[in-house]
Amino acid sequence: MRGAWGHGLRTVGDTTLSIVGRIGAVVLFLGQILRHSGTSFRRFGLVIREVYFAGVQSLIIILVSGLFVGMVLGLQGFETLQSYGSSESVGVLVALSLMRELGPVVSALLFASRAGSAITAEIGLMKATEQLSAMEMMAVNPLARVVAPRFWGGVISLPLLAVLFAAMGILGGFLVTVVMLGVDSGAFWSQMQAAVDFHHDILNGVIKSLVFGVAVSAIATFEGYEAPPTAEGVSGATTRTVVSSSLAILALDLLLTAFMMKGWN
Amino acid sequence: MNRATLNLWVGFFVLLGFLAFLMLAFKVGNLNLDGSGGTYEVVAHFDNIGQLKERAPVRSSGVLVGRVHSVRFDTLHYNAEVHMVIDTQYHFPVDSSVSVLTSGILGEQYVGLDAGGDDKMLKNGDEIKLTQGAMVLERLIGQFLFNKAQEGGTDKTSTDKGAP
Repeated sequence: MRGAWGHGLRTVGDTTLSIVGRIGAVVLFLGQILRHSGTSFRRFGLVIREVYFAGVQSLIIILVSGLFVGMVLGLQGFETLQSYGSSESVGVLVALSLMRELGPVVSALLFASRAGSAITAEIGLMKATEQLSAMEMMAVNPLARVVAPRFWGGVISLPLLAVLFAAMGILGGFLVTVVMLGVDSGAFWSQMQAAVDFHHDILNGVIKSLVFGVAVSAIATFEGYEAPPTAEGVSGATTRTVVSSSLAILALDLLLTAFMMKGWN
Repeated sequence: MNRATLNLWVGFFVLLGFLAFLMLAFKVGNLNLDGSGGTYEVVAHFDNIGQLKERAPVRSSGVLVGRVHSVRFDTLHYNAEVHMVIDTQYHFPVDSSVSVLTSGILGEQYVGLDAGGDDKMLKNGDEIKLTQGAMVLERLIGQFLFNKAQEGGTDKTSTDKGAP
């Protein structure tokens, strides 16, 4: 094949192969992290430190965004449901959308840009300043000492953050619809309780956020660990972390939702 | 930041997360009904269930007493077989009746359970014999039109007979 067509086709092929190759590399890297996770659990202080940096420091942004998202859902839902004369169902709308989708997905997206990029930058810079090589010289495996604790810190933090996001959102919806717009408080909670199922809605949401936690943490640590050891390389890796983990979150969400819906009938 | 403050913050964060989870489970979800509180299963055959779905509520006098567990087609009787789980705190006589009802005009469909008068109570695995299926709008309209046409027909024949 020659000419512009051949060139274009080759570019498509190259891109596809490199994307597939990168996904494969992330999965292999995840396997390596799991193999070297022993140290993280023997010295759990390392993981607690990372839970502080990834989880506690993301609390403010998660809580505030959760409150705002819940308030907006309440306002929008009230506006639409009122025209069907069922404004009490707004509680169901807010709770189900937060629990099933928005809680896990939005908090994972926020987590990827707030904590994921920080993890990448930190590990990338450690590599650029040859701290990782220095560790290897001292017979300390950087995968076990640096990467695995950050991975587990992210995996532990994200489900907690997603649950807090959903709880805060429901509180926001309650404030807007019950306190401001005058929906009956009893109907708001009782309709919500009748519609939300513990296994199908709440547990599935937590499972989703757990999967997202694994994906975001694996991508963030991978990009940092594989970043070219230059200033440019680290900045590029940070950007790639945010872009590819956002895409991974949305794609995994589609897959997980499809599987879980099958169970719901 | 020293170790103690760090652990304190992480402990606070984890505690907050679990509290939020418990709030979601008990205040927002319906963990108490589907949980280990105990349920018993009853079965009923309907000639038509309309839009009845799994997990649809079972109500008696409007109070939620259970949920539809599964719906399947019974090839022996050629009708719909509906399994329902009822909370053990509610007991119903064996001659209770169930019907498929709709909440509101556009609302979801649910099973209405009306208690009978027998002394014996329903047990796990029992069948409720008295059932009434869902109203199908097309059939209702068809019946109505048929009745109207019949009325019109008899009126016409009576006037025809009366005229000569």
